Amino acid sequence: MAQSREKRKLKQHIIEEWTGKVFTSLCIVLLVVTIFSLVYFVATKGFSSFIKNGISLGEIFGGTKWKPEGEPPLFGALPFIIGSFSTSILAAIIAAPLSICAALFMVEIMPKIGRKYLQPAIELLAGIPSVVYGFVGLSVIVPFYRDIFPGQGLGIAAGASVLSIMILPTMTSIATDALAALPPGLKEGSYALGATRWQTLARTVIPTTLPALMTGVVLGMARAFGEALAVQMVIGNAPHIPKSLFESASTLTSAITLSMGNTVMGSVQNNVLWTLALILMLMTFVFVFIVRFLERRANR
Amino acid sequence: MQNIELSTKDLSVFYGEKQAVKGISLDFASRQVTALIGPSGCGKSTFLRSLNRMNDLIGGARITGEIWIGNENINDPKTDVVLLRQKIGMVWQRPNPFHKSIYENIAFGPRYHGIRDKKKLDQIVEESLTKAALWEETKDRLNRSALSLSGGQQQRLCIARSIAVSPSIILMDEPASALDPISSAKIEELIAELKRDYSIIIVTHNMHQAARVSEKTAFFLMGEVVEYDDTSNIFTNPSDKRTDDYISGRFG
Amino acid sequence: MSAKTADKIATAVIIFFAGIIVLIMAGLLGFILVRGIGHISFDFLTSPPETIKKGGGIGPQLFNSLFLLVLTMLITVPLGLGAGIYMSEYAKPGKVTDFIRLIVEVLSSFPSIVVGLFGLLVFVNVFGFGFSLFSGALALTVFNLPLMVRITEQGMQSVPQAQKEASLALGLSKWKTIKSIMLPIALPIILTGTILAAGRVFGEAAALLFTAGMSSPRLDFSDWNPLSPMSPLNPFRPAETLAVHIWKINSEGLAPDAPEIAAGASAVLILMVLLFNLLARWIGRLLHKKFTATK
Repeated sequence: MAQSREKRKLKQHIIEEWTGKVFTSLCIVLLVVTIFSLVYFVATKGFSSFIKNGISLGEIFGGTKWKPEGEPPLFGALPFIIGSFSTSILAAIIAAPLSICAALFMVEIMPKIGRKYLQPAIELLAGIPSVVYGFVGLSVIVPFYRDIFPGQGLGIAAGASVLSIMILPTMTSIATDALAALPPGLKEGSYALGATRWQTLARTVIPTTLPALMTGVVLGMARAFGEALAVQMVIGNAPHIPKSLFESASTLTSAITLSMGNTVMGSVQNNVLWTLALILMLMTFVFVFIVRFLERRANR
Repeated sequence: MQNIELSTKDLSVFYGEKQAVKGISLDFASRQVTALIGPSGCGKSTFLRSLNRMNDLIGGARITGEIWIGNENINDPKTDVVLLRQKIGMVWQRPNPFHKSIYENIAFGPRYHGIRDKKKLDQIVEESLTKAALWEETKDRLNRSALSLSGGQQQRLCIARSIAVSPSIILMDEPASALDPISSAKIEELIAELKRDYSIIIVTHNMHQAARVSEKTAFFLMGEVVEYDDTSNIFTNPSDKRTDDYISGRFG
Repeated sequence: MSAKTADKIATAVIIFFAGIIVLIMAGLLGFILVRGIGHISFDFLTSPPETIKKGGGIGPQLFNSLFLLVLTMLITVPLGLGAGIYMSEYAKPGKVTDFIRLIVEVLSSFPSIVVGLFGLLVFVNVFGFGFSLFSGALALTVFNLPLMVRITEQGMQSVPQAQKEASLALGLSKWKTIKSIMLPIALPIILTGTILAAGRVFGEAAALLFTAGMSSPRLDFSDWNPLSPMSPLNPFRPAETLAVHIWKINSEGLAPDAPEIAAGASAVLILMVLLFNLLARWIGRLLHKKFTATK
């Protein structure tokens, strides 16, 4: 009797254990399969413009003319690539000093006020949807640039400005974590030698946390590089290399956003758009790789 | 000759390359208190934790040798650890009640092991709390959070929780060392009561405590057992020089 | 320049920049709310949009956003919990686990537009779900899963080892320990994170352009049969969400009051995100209190 109850019990908890293991394993397998198929599909579609349509690498990466409807059609993606890099790099250049100052303020200068006002403000910025950034950019930044500089106000400068605000939270939170994680002895040692706060920050704190600060910058740049709608709304979408920062331009994401819906799946133009997506994906790999490299440096 | 409840044969524990427990063979008598003493890092807690296969949880830990309960070697990978742990209770250094009510802390185990009847559960809760000398203090507030109890009460609750699933062995890992002297004395009293029904193996670094509560004592040093004897012998007439040095406070 | 002067200047500069961020933030919120809140009315929130006339609303879009959010979270939460629990409790340290961590990190940095394209190819075309709420929910799941996994892992890792050991030592199975002891303790962190993730889903647009679509059929709000094509509850109908709507009227809006509608819709979106934010904080604090209560 007791024996049989023990046996039933045994079976029951083994089934239970098994259920848990199978369920969680299935979830992780599904996640892994999804990631692999994502990479696989984007890669195969992205390469088909080279393989099926016989467009040369040189034409896409070197061509400065994007005329998919022209005779003969031209698929130079260089304007988009330049647009993407210039907006995201410029955004990072604007946001990096701002975010590092914000982090220094929150950790080193006025932690109380920082945590009470700045931190919630930044967390909220992180939650604002990108289309709202685009809308504000379109109604505030673009008219502002239009009044000051020649041109329509649309362009790389407007795109980079919007993006820099979008990536501020990412950069600031990583910089804050890095600064907060510094061992207190490090700073005390410097103060004990009679250094002022700024000397301590400039000579000890910032150099020590530099890899971590760079991680934040790269992650911010990665986000800026992949952002689609906010940029598309303020950049003007002219498929050429602009002569100034205030002239209409395009990025990889804006080109995809704008044209993907108007092309037929499998057509040459459609395939080239997938190639642009492939470039975005490869850049994601590059960014993750750089971040990992920097993290390893930071942990050393 | 007393009944043997549990015995180890050549039990070793490795953490990666490091061997924390070195081929220990001990017999533990049933319904007795056995104390494991020794300086910190001597492997006594590691040894204790391998008796209910708790070391399985630590990544990189490897346990060799045999642990016999009755005619079953429970260090066999085929052993069902869930059933095993039901037979061996455990109490830790820091009280770790579940973040649940006092009642739930006790009823949680038995309910899982198949007792659904509310009356039966109530009875188990009362019995366990009574055995742990906590019933009088808690009977009017069984539905309050276990975290509202004092440290000493929490520790007795943890003891009550482990006896609620009716184990035959209770492992205690320095159960009184995080408590104040009064609570600590209460735990010792409790141990003296509990050994009528359970076999108790207790790790302690408090030698007076070992002398007070246990019948047998094993002295651990660097992962080995130097001496294992009746407690009275260990403390009055140790046969090994190192034991003598330790209990007279020359090191440790 | 003396070290003291340099220190003062540097401090002033840092405070100045920190102030700028607060100003940007306040300006941004103020701009949207001032421009938009005046436009929010019951009528605006419930009536359908107009293409070329004035006075259109955002009713269906708001409904679509909420419905899509529910659908997405219904898929994302169990999957994310399962995968997160696996990573924190079952995965053995080693090369395979490291690799899974790496690719999950890669997925979390994927541009959402690329996830949208993947959705277009696989969910819309290959699986044949068409431009639909369901395709959109799947795309958002792909986009959100890494975050959900990370949140779950963080939550599980916040559970003290002593709690887990206590449960296992009572002879409870690992799965029961996870479900009944660990998850309740991890809940405040998981729930807070999930609500913030929901806010992200609510505002996402790029992944939806080519999956949930950029248009809504004329919805019949008296028809609640999920199978009929005009029913708002039909998950296989195309659905333009609020965020997509804002994007669309800004780039191709023809209605004369398009800027006002965009402002109003943005304000609604921001208020929702604020709401999610506050809700997350509130629930987090509430649960934290409940579980650590010493009453």
